[in-house]
Amino acid sequence: MECVLGISCNDFVILASDMTNAHSILVNKQDEDKMFKLSDRLLMAVTGESGDTTQFAEYIEKNIQLYKMRNGYELSPPAAANFTRRNLADSLRSRSPYMVNFLLAGYSERTGPELYWMDYLASMIKTPFATHGYGGMFSIAIMDRYYRPDLTEEEAYDILKKCVAEIQKRLIINLPNFQVKVLDKNGIRALNVIKSQNLTA
Amino acid sequence: MARRYDTRTTIFSPEGRLYQVEYAMEAIGHAGTCLGILASDGIVLAAERRNTNKLLDEVFFSEKIYQLNADMVCSVAGITSDANVLTNELRLISQRYLLQYGESIPCEQLVSWLCDVKQAYTQYGGKRPFGVSLLYAGWDHQYGFQLYQSDPSGNYGGWKATCIGNNSAAAVSMLKQEYKEGETKIDDALALAIRVMSKTMDATKLTPDKLELATLTRHDNKTYIKVLPVAQVKALIADHEKKEAAEAAKSKPSPAYTPKGVEYPTYTESPGSKPAVYPSAAYSEAPASESEYPYNNIPEKNGVSKGISFNSDFPKFDDFVQHVENIKFDQFKI
Repeated sequence: MECVLGISCNDFVILASDMTNAHSILVNKQDEDKMFKLSDRLLMAVTGESGDTTQFAEYIEKNIQLYKMRNGYELSPPAAANFTRRNLADSLRSRSPYMVNFLLAGYSERTGPELYWMDYLASMIKTPFATHGYGGMFSIAIMDRYYRPDLTEEEAYDILKKCVAEIQKRLIINLPNFQVKVLDKNGIRALNVIKSQNLTA
Repeated sequence: MARRYDTRTTIFSPEGRLYQVEYAMEAIGHAGTCLGILASDGIVLAAERRNTNKLLDEVFFSEKIYQLNADMVCSVAGITSDANVLTNELRLISQRYLLQYGESIPCEQLVSWLCDVKQAYTQYGGKRPFGVSLLYAGWDHQYGFQLYQSDPSGNYGGWKATCIGNNSAAAVSMLKQEYKEGETKIDDALALAIRVMSKTMDATKLTPDKLELATLTRHDNKTYIKVLPVAQVKALIADHEKKEAAEAAKSKPSPAYTPKGVEYPTYTESPGSKPAVYPSAAYSEAPASESEYPYNNIPEKNGVSKGISFNSDFPKFDDFVQHVENIKFDQFKI
């Protein structure tokens, strides 16, 4: 039902997530924030069981903050991704596993921008672009067609707009709003929400 | 009741001291010397090997220097069996971190974790502290090359060059004089290590079988930890001796000042010139001045006597072995 999209280029990562909170056949709200800022340069866009998403994301966020307090420096994005994966893998093998799928965007001087894809089975890959949810099925083809490592921020935003337009055209599920955030050397910034009424195809 | 406050680790003496911890530190003062030197392009560890015997099977290539993970190496001074427990713990901590974060543990975190273990043994009942000091050499993304030292109390600190074990105070003051900050390369550090070791070790002559050397360097984004092979140690010692000889020749008075007809004798040290002494004579070798060992100077107060000192009356291991070898077994025949 839900959908998150992400593209990683030479000097930024851009994430988009739908803003719908739905239960069964009922839509609760259309302005839900599904992105969690784990640290100044770590951003997570989460889908899944609605309680689990918040619980898991906050648990990871707090642990990453604790690490920073204890050691005086932050976890690198690959270390943070591995830590998150390890926690999800342990949870999967417990009595009450978290049902969450997410994209993790990170930036550090050493590694540059990075995008990690992870699902509830705790399988993880680092990719230039990734999606979750039914909407991702259309989007991944569009990203594959238009992706270049040297995309500018505007071009990447346009690709996301194309994806959202396609999702609205082809998917039976109603996902009208997508929030967009970009992560680069200056930190995390929110871009304009992509709204279906503005996308006059 | 001399031993009222030194039988358990967890009890403070009236002077506010933990005797067991101080004794543990004292034990390390008798152990083989270890030193570490930080260079701009790597780190050198040097360790004195005490257990040299031609009958000893060379099971271990390296006795005092242990690799901990991909980016760290340590050398130990103290009770070897205690050290084995600690190096094992260090490796476990490293692997646990690697499993959780997918990266090598940053140096200080590893040292800090181990020191938490060491500290616990000075506080919880019925346990004796670990009689081990360690030198850690490592590299991490955050701070680059680092050298740390930890002692039985669980204290640790970062150093540019330091030394633990026998005669460490002398070695540290020598390092303080000779270490050049920022302009020490790995080869300079190796030469310095040999120079300091040759002056602080008990042996009259430095031999490759008594010295372990290791280097930690980085090439192409990868850490290389190398325990130097015997041939290389031999070459370094030879280099050192050549330099020493040249130094000695230079410091001889120049011929211009030599009165005619007078010949200065040249001093040569022959390795076998040390007079043989019966072990008991060696036992009575004067210990370092009393003031170096704090517990020797505890004032007698309220009938509490000094702490014991096994410094003066404790035989050295080598002497003990010599003593045993001298015993004629015939004399025990009934």
